[in-house]
Amino acid sequence: MTKMKMKRQILISVLIAVGISPLYAESTSGPGLGHAVSPEEIAAWDISVFPDGEGLPEGEGNVKDGEVVYKNKCIACHGENGLGTATGDQLAGAQMGLTSEYPEQTIGSYWPYATTVFDVVRRSMPMTAPGSLNDNEVYAVTAYLLFLNNLIGEDDVMSASTLPKVKMPNEDGFINVYQKEIPRINQ
Amino acid sequence: MLFVFPTQNEMVPGNGVSWTPLHLMEGTITPNGLHYERHHNGVPQIDPKKHRLLIHGLVKQDLIFSIEDLLRYPMQSKICFIECGGNSNAGWNKQPSQSEAGYFNGMASCSEWTGVPLSVLLDEVGLRKKAKWLVAEGADAFAMQMSIPIEKALDDAFLALYQNGERIRPENGYPLRLIVPGWEGVLNVKWLRRLKITNRPVMARNETSRYTELQPSGKARMFTFPIEAKSLITSPSAHMVLKEPSLYQITGLAWSGRGKISKVEVSADGGETWAEAELQEPVLDRSFTRFRLPWHWNGKPAVLKSRATDETGYVQPERTELVKQRGRHGFFHYNAITNWHVDRDGFVSHVYDKNENETTDSNLSIDSGWD
Repeated sequence: MTKMKMKRQILISVLIAVGISPLYAESTSGPGLGHAVSPEEIAAWDISVFPDGEGLPEGEGNVKDGEVVYKNKCIACHGENGLGTATGDQLAGAQMGLTSEYPEQTIGSYWPYATTVFDVVRRSMPMTAPGSLNDNEVYAVTAYLLFLNNLIGEDDVMSASTLPKVKMPNEDGFINVYQKEIPRINQ
Repeated sequence: MLFVFPTQNEMVPGNGVSWTPLHLMEGTITPNGLHYERHHNGVPQIDPKKHRLLIHGLVKQDLIFSIEDLLRYPMQSKICFIECGGNSNAGWNKQPSQSEAGYFNGMASCSEWTGVPLSVLLDEVGLRKKAKWLVAEGADAFAMQMSIPIEKALDDAFLALYQNGERIRPENGYPLRLIVPGWEGVLNVKWLRRLKITNRPVMARNETSRYTELQPSGKARMFTFPIEAKSLITSPSAHMVLKEPSLYQITGLAWSGRGKISKVEVSADGGETWAEAELQEPVLDRSFTRFRLPWHWNGKPAVLKSRATDETGYVQPERTELVKQRGRHGFFHYNAITNWHVDRDGFVSHVYDKNENETTDSNLSIDSGWD
């Protein structure tokens, strides 16, 4: 607390003590109504997964099981072998490179981090019933998608320890224009 | 909702887009029912008594707030635009879109938002020294999350409870929406339920696979947060007809995510000569600015353009320049000058500059999605 804030706090305490309710004109202060929250409650809410693996749950899944999940829950929108449909993104099988006239931006050709696949499948997919897959199923379908993109082998198992280690070909394909000084057009 | 286009995924209702019909409107404030909408998986029906905002992570004290709590906090109002990063993306196509101006550029709207400065709540949780980013998450079926630098959160971001004086409507984030003035729409997370304070971005789907802009080099721009200056003549515009040679009022909107609009120039001869339009006062920071200019149409073909300059000196680029620098596969952040061609019959259509005529593959479009 700054000296000025402390003085103000003392003044307010004195005013309240003598029965006067002061107008409080500190625009940057709130009434402090936030409630304490337990680590368990936070854990139940926090579903964010970071590139280094922070946030990944226990469990694991393999390519074979992932193929079953994919064919039951994903194929309607994302198509055979992740090739996409009119309604769902192409996720695999990029033939055209990122500098071609018709670039194909798939998990294998474009996505910088494998952990993003797990994160978005767990929180958002399938669109008709997001959150309905258990963690093992999410690991499995993540494994299948990475396999379709030739990023892991057919027998590889995805888990909190293996997924962050998957090398993504386009990890260095992004320019952080917020934190780098990039000249603007007409400047 | 007025004009819901086919959704991106027809199997799942409510994940499409509706535009603000800018070509039918005047003034600068968008009525709430006409605010553009972009949902990633529908509009959640939220019980405000049950809704909570959790702030946790690199803080001294994790805290959770009810809406009732937040309504007792000090509030501020700010008039500002929100524009989807994918607005006007048909501009990247090789052939000019012939949609009405609002159904091509109307993923942009301007409201007076009222709510609690985020800095007040961050002060209460107490940021730890390593706090550099926050991850904002919505309570929609997509559970959409976006990473935002902490300095923006402390500078002018706020948690809106009201839009144009009334509580925010479900389509725009009821009961709580993060407002990040001047930054691309997707960061203004609707149905806000969680803020995780971190030391790095989470690298969510919508900041890696989408909302990044692939450049001709094969590299992609990432974290393109501020909306650069843009303007658009809303009347006359595509599909309108000038009845006869006469005096007409050219009117339109300009905005910049970096501050105030300082100047809008208008050309009626395809950019040969320019005249400065009158800006309607008050000209507000990161808000729609209405410009107007009287113009006598002599009955001959004409090409109308508007060009905005903002207070940082940034000048809205011609499409040729934008495409030259960014290529055509970036999809997001299209802010080039729009040309409206008036033919001898007074019919208005969208044209590119002559040197931009790209006639190959006219049936192929990169306009494959909305976000």
